[in-house]
Amino acid sequence: MSETGVARLSGVTHRYGSVVALDEVDLEVRRGEVLAVLGPNGAGKTTAIHLLLGSLPVQTGKATVFGQRPDAPEVRARRGAMLQISGVPDTLTVGEHIDLFRAYYPTPVSASGLLAMAGIAGIEGRRFGKLSGGQKQRVMFALALCGDPQLVFLDEPTAGLDVEVRRGLWEEIRRHRESGRTTVLTTHYLEEADALADRIVVLHRGRVIAEGAPSTIKARTAARRVRCRTRVTGDAVASVPGVVRSETRGQHLEVLTSRPEALVRELFERDPDLHDLTVVGAGLEEAFLALTRESDEPEPVR
Amino acid sequence: MTAAGRVHRLRIYALEARYQFLMVLREPAFAIPTLLFPLIFYLFFGVVLGAGSFSAAAPTYMLATYSVFGVMGPSLFGFGAGLAMERDSGVLLLKRTTPMPAAAYLLAKVAMAIAFGAAVILGIFLLGAHGAGVELYRWQWFALAGVVLAGVIPFCALGLAVGAWSRGRAAVAITNLVFLPMAMLSGLWIPITIFPAALQDVANALPAYHQAQLALKIIDMDGGQTTLLHVSVLGVQSLAFLAVAALGFRRAGTGAVSIRPGGTS
Repeated sequence: MSETGVARLSGVTHRYGSVVALDEVDLEVRRGEVLAVLGPNGAGKTTAIHLLLGSLPVQTGKATVFGQRPDAPEVRARRGAMLQISGVPDTLTVGEHIDLFRAYYPTPVSASGLLAMAGIAGIEGRRFGKLSGGQKQRVMFALALCGDPQLVFLDEPTAGLDVEVRRGLWEEIRRHRESGRTTVLTTHYLEEADALADRIVVLHRGRVIAEGAPSTIKARTAARRVRCRTRVTGDAVASVPGVVRSETRGQHLEVLTSRPEALVRELFERDPDLHDLTVVGAGLEEAFLALTRESDEPEPVR
Repeated sequence: MTAAGRVHRLRIYALEARYQFLMVLREPAFAIPTLLFPLIFYLFFGVVLGAGSFSAAAPTYMLATYSVFGVMGPSLFGFGAGLAMERDSGVLLLKRTTPMPAAAYLLAKVAMAIAFGAAVILGIFLLGAHGAGVELYRWQWFALAGVVLAGVIPFCALGLAVGAWSRGRAAVAITNLVFLPMAMLSGLWIPITIFPAALQDVANALPAYHQAQLALKIIDMDGGQTTLLHVSVLGVQSLAFLAVAALGFRRAGTGAVSIRPGGTS
């Protein structure tokens, strides 16, 4: 493990029966960063998180946190987690849940500090079952921070929340980022990853298909796919501004670009006879698919 | 472990038990059947009907068997239904990622079963002594309470096995399917001696039967089998239930993971 790495998956493959959830994944979490693991549903994000939490056994490859096994006692004490499918019992109050979770850790944050951090001061006397969806997520966020963790996992922290509540929770996560701790969050919203992360890893069908700063990922996922029949080769347009990738497939030229207008203008200049032109817009989901095809993998049967 | 470390650990055990107790006490679906049903049943069958039924000794007999019934409820439901629902809600999975010792979670449920069981026993004893005129030696009251409370061991083990193999709402139904027929077939509601012989054989296979026989021995109303037999059967069955539970947890990964392939990930 490198000096800056606090958690890592190396060559990890994970299967549920015949379904491959993770396929030869390498993932490094660097000290002090906010890493977003971005991908559509079923990409393997939650599986990756649970391998790093030690709640799923590693089948193939290696998972380490702070250089140790993910379920080592020292690791548990320095790590916090907010899980996607998780609530706490309805009949206990917010304050009681916080009291119990604080007791698990050797050096807990004060209860009042936690309430402030998660933006839930004033509701500590209310039962968990009586809270709104947004309040519940904030309580789960507070529970993740109870032990003053150096590494925090947030699995789809804003899933199912409406836009306003989601933005509110972002504020809390952003403030937490200022404290210099390492955070890993999973999301299927590019906007969320862009708003919160220093670095994004895009996971699709169990593979890491892109990795980089939010600006880089945004440029790539904002791409359009331009396809036409022309004598211009892929290599010839590779240096046109905005082009992410270009290649000749049979009689077609296929180009992935963030600036399709510039590319098309250039193409017509070089080959006025080009025809059969299509420009495919890419939503995030389509952009993921475009990125996957770049790796020339046959589509797995699902 | 340092002294501070021990105190820290003890505090986790104490708080886990405290909040487990508060959690179920505030849950009417748990608290009402487990606390009130044994008391109401004893009041009706033991105190009101009991005196005029098959024997003048009925209120005394039922004092022991309904106490066993009263301890069986919180043990089975706390572990069977409670564990399955806490696994489904994800709270168990979340706790397993924290430094909470797994034993603290399990012992909290045992402590809760003992507290609820003790409350039911106290209520039944008061009803028996003051409502039905049951008279026992002082040592018999204490011995009876102790033997009945020891029933949390086989019943919690059985509940754990049910909880390990069933999920959410189904676990409530399955727990009831274990709880009520076993109570009846073990002679907790009416004496087993009035059952046909075949049913009496079935009773010999049930932990509640052996637990009840141990309790009845204290008041000289048991069927005459040896203490050693009852204790041995209960011991072997408890170990078997724990083994079945361990298998169930192994099948489900760390006993808590509910990630579905192809689902939201």
